[in-house]
Amino acid sequence: MSQIKPPHDAAVPVSSPESAVSVRNVSKSYGPVEALKNLSLEFPRGELTSLLGPSGCGKTTLLKIIAGLLPADAGDIEVNGKRVTGPGSDRAFVFQDFALLPWASVIRNVAFGLELRGVAKSEREAIAEKYIGNVGLSGFEKAYPHELSGGMRQRVGLARALAVDSQVLLLDEPFSAVDEQNRRKFQEDLLELVRHENKTFIFVTHSIEEAVYVSDQIAILLPRPSRVSEIIRPTSFRNKDVENIRRDPEYLDIVDEIWASLRTYTE
Amino acid sequence: MQHRPLILKLLSAFLVFGAWEIAGRVPVSYAFPTFFESMDALLRLTLDGTMFKAYAETLKPLVTGVAISAVLGIGLGLWIGLSARFDWLFSPIFIVMQAAPLAALIPLLVMAYGIGLTSKVFVVCIMAMPVIVLNTSSAVRNTPVSLKEMGRSFLATDRDTLLKIVIPAASPVIFSGLRLGISAGFIGAILAELKITPTGVGDIISYSRSIADYPSMYAAIFSIILLAVLFLNLLEKFENYLFEGNNRGYVSD
Repeated sequence: MSQIKPPHDAAVPVSSPESAVSVRNVSKSYGPVEALKNLSLEFPRGELTSLLGPSGCGKTTLLKIIAGLLPADAGDIEVNGKRVTGPGSDRAFVFQDFALLPWASVIRNVAFGLELRGVAKSEREAIAEKYIGNVGLSGFEKAYPHELSGGMRQRVGLARALAVDSQVLLLDEPFSAVDEQNRRKFQEDLLELVRHENKTFIFVTHSIEEAVYVSDQIAILLPRPSRVSEIIRPTSFRNKDVENIRRDPEYLDIVDEIWASLRTYTE
Repeated sequence: MQHRPLILKLLSAFLVFGAWEIAGRVPVSYAFPTFFESMDALLRLTLDGTMFKAYAETLKPLVTGVAISAVLGIGLGLWIGLSARFDWLFSPIFIVMQAAPLAALIPLLVMAYGIGLTSKVFVVCIMAMPVIVLNTSSAVRNTPVSLKEMGRSFLATDRDTLLKIVIPAASPVIFSGLRLGISAGFIGAILAELKITPTGVGDIISYSRSIADYPSMYAAIFSIILLAVLFLNLLEKFENYLFEGNNRGYVSD
């Protein structure tokens, strides 16, 4: 017993400070189906990273494992250096199908995360009101979800995730149930949000254009079992005006390049 | 909230009561009074106080039975919906109860609990409870997965999940179970009064029939239907008050 050395803090691998979320050697199977195999990925702080891939590549599975909603079979997830064992206040989730409470008004939905954390009603409604304004839904506080369009509902979902002020935002194909015009507006707003909120965004999408448009870093996942095949970091157009991104030659090149590597995986 | 235009409601009432009046005048049967004769009898029974005395009697097993069924039914339903083991243990009882021919069971109940209030409350419960339990449990089992996931990701405790997500999400189906259960409870209360001991409204029905006072008999039947409809409307108002956003215009108004 005396042989055992006291643990040295220095010996423990510390995640690099610029990485808000680290995924190390994560595996996950559903019965005989291997969804993720030995997957590792770093998510830089304050940036938006897209998980892009064909359907069935396990990108949503990975996101839910990071969220703590699904347990990983093997491997580690660290968020700000803390190991993930379940859902936590350092992460907030935006759901593909919005997951709003149909019986609750917009303001109660947005404040719901705070309500569950025991924040007093007047305080949480003040916070909720601020974020309802931020996502452009002022005036709809008393409306019910079924009175809103798909795009507006997802804005409620986004405001709810922002209201709990988590460091990491996890977005699971948030715009896939939103019509095209609203999606474009939404993507522009998302860029704005990444710039000003100083949070880390992890964004699952199956749209190549969307991923290239909004991301600081794109991780391309290939299926069965899922692994990271490529990480792309667009450089030249990130600081341009939102109107000019889609005309940028680098934007177009990256879209083409990703399509070239994904086209073999179409069914 | 969807409203049916008043004119349509009046038209519908006019059609039904008109058909009743015509059928009574033809007459389809000697034992079938006209609408106006029945309403006349209803007015007479109400004014001389018979109806109030009858309802004081009928409401005892009805209210007790419905209250027990609602509270116990929703409680059991929640439990069955949340726990697979409990489901396995208790669901069959209620499925059998729902299918059982109640009239045939009444003699057994009378043997066990006598002819008093207890037996009648039992009859109301047997009628009302199964559908409340089964609706509640299936509604709870079918809580949208994404809502439960949302709750977990925002750190809901089990208690929060139950009170703020599962129950409100299940409420439309729970309330439709309550509506069905309570209607069945009304049937049960009258059945009990006809089959066990003639009291209250059941007494008016069987006594008027025995002396061939058919208008009074139909007046009593009409009054119980009217009460049931009023009560169901009240229940719906209560539901809308509790879960306003769930309301997209349901059944009656």
